Amino acid sequence: MENTFRELCRIRLFEERVLSLKEGGEIPGSVHLCNGQEAIPVGVLSTLEPTDWVSATYRGHGWAIARGVSLSQLFAEFMGRESDLNSGRAGSPFFSSLKDGFLGENSIVGAGAPIAAGAALSAKIKATGQVVVVSFGDGAVNQGVVPETLNLAAVLDLPLIFIVENNVYSEMSPIKDMIRSTTLVERAPAFGIPGVSVDGNDVQAVADASYQAVERARAGKGPTLIEAKTARLVGHYSGDAQQYRPAGDLAQARLDEPIARLKLKANSDLAAQYKAIEDEVAIEIEEAVMSARAMSTPNSTTAKDHVYA
Amino acid sequence: MPELRYIQAVNAALRWSLASHPDTIYFGEDVALPGGPFGATKGLYDEFGKSRIFDTPITEQAFLGMALGASLTGLRPIAEIMYVDFAFVAMDQIVNQIATARYASGGRNKAPLLIRAQQGFSPGSCSQHSHSAEAYFAHTPGLRIGLPSTPDDAYQMIRSGVQSDDPVLLLETRMLYPTKGIVRLDTAVEDIGGARTIRAGKDVTIVSWGSMVPSALDAADVLTARGIEADVIDLRWLSPLDMTTVIESVSRTGRLVITHEANLTGGFGGEIAARCAEEAFAHLKAPIVRIATPDVHFPAAPSLQIALLPNAQSIAEAATRLVGYQK
Repeated sequence: MENTFRELCRIRLFEERVLSLKEGGEIPGSVHLCNGQEAIPVGVLSTLEPTDWVSATYRGHGWAIARGVSLSQLFAEFMGRESDLNSGRAGSPFFSSLKDGFLGENSIVGAGAPIAAGAALSAKIKATGQVVVVSFGDGAVNQGVVPETLNLAAVLDLPLIFIVENNVYSEMSPIKDMIRSTTLVERAPAFGIPGVSVDGNDVQAVADASYQAVERARAGKGPTLIEAKTARLVGHYSGDAQQYRPAGDLAQARLDEPIARLKLKANSDLAAQYKAIEDEVAIEIEEAVMSARAMSTPNSTTAKDHVYA
Repeated sequence: MPELRYIQAVNAALRWSLASHPDTIYFGEDVALPGGPFGATKGLYDEFGKSRIFDTPITEQAFLGMALGASLTGLRPIAEIMYVDFAFVAMDQIVNQIATARYASGGRNKAPLLIRAQQGFSPGSCSQHSHSAEAYFAHTPGLRIGLPSTPDDAYQMIRSGVQSDDPVLLLETRMLYPTKGIVRLDTAVEDIGGARTIRAGKDVTIVSWGSMVPSALDAADVLTARGIEADVIDLRWLSPLDMTTVIESVSRTGRLVITHEANLTGGFGGEIAARCAEEAFAHLKAPIVRIATPDVHFPAAPSLQIALLPNAQSIAEAATRLVGYQK
């Protein structure tokens, strides 16, 4: 449980630091944070091998961190530095790190799904035994490419696990106003694949569902759709005032988020350990920020590089 | 060296690609069991099997995205878009995803994939099966774009595209599929790029690509009868763009006609004209002229189609006017 807490805490404190760096002017542009949704990447990644692939949306910092991407390189990429990730070309919403098994975020809603399917196709054709996880939000189920990819992955029996993080807001609009079905997982049978709904704020529940899907994919039985129900503790983007959220919505989310849950269940010994972990992670984060600040900005003479081979 | 039809040369190049590149796979709509609506992939399913060539659902954006993901993770896929008009369904994957993969990663990711499509009008094709779409894609950095006009170029440019480490879009011309020509089957694979001067002349330069190349050559015959000798250039690749060949020619002739089947406004002819104006202004003896389909949608009726298309006569008339131009 201490490790799980550390993983969750690393993502949460990272996101909080990203926001403060953004507000302090060190990170340009808007950022899309995953505060409250950390249990999903932490749970799923606990069931994957290092050689498997992961793909996420622009709300994907947590997936990269759970995958083991360097915190200092992430900060540096977001700050527009010459990072080892993408040399400042991608920033917060579009970075990738293939060497870490992270196919990338995608700042076009749903667009990562078919790209993940392509990685799954590689795994299948080369018979590597790898599986691929693609995460997207509830809003993405209304983007044509997502159902298209669910069908494509189903007919090709691809080793692909679709994770829909249902935080109940399709960007800034309630998902219930955007679909007529009551759940997202009920779309799975339409594609002839299994669908599982889980409490996305419960790391173990997420891991259990992911484990089943991964086993199935590795056995060549094709994709699974997992709906992980969760809630955002923050806006769609960093400057989102969230007037669209009803009274009490955010307060309820704060009571039910994964870190608060663990703290609530902890006895005094465990609570003390959690506090120690938080302090350690805070130091780790601050060291990563310092390291990122020490990295240079990209040489402006390279701005046109890397368009072609 | 055999004489093949354009579509047979395509088929031969795809067979070569699958045979010589174990990491190449081929997919698209109706390409495996049916062998493609024009026979481009005829026989390949029997020869290579379903692990190398397979049919996808009708889902252009999903299977182009899949091609990207496969290319990022070690394969060299070829994805077929049956008509280029269907690529518009998948513009996000082409423009936002495939074209940006290398740049957005700071050069760490590569997407060695080939998209094959064919384009242009044919009798009865409606506007949704008649686009000449090259300019939409040529505006996007990161893509390599070729338009073969002969059976040999179809063969060579597909092989070049398969070996490229950049994403390549090849736009074939459906109306040229029945045309025949000698194909150099055993020649070394060329690097992508390079225009070709296909007829030498001193009086006027005619630049074209894809479907209009045969008309440009016919126009040169018409001009010869009038005592005017045209330098005819088949541009072949819009990216990488070989302006050296064009500028050299225009510097000699001082006159330039550009012809393409795509609509006039925003067509790639405008780019060639602008570059010649920038780089060869001192040599120009007359204005630069573009002969293209006017800014209308393609009708289905053949009589209306013919009324819109550029042809040898309209190209030759433009060239003749330029030769007689007085400043």
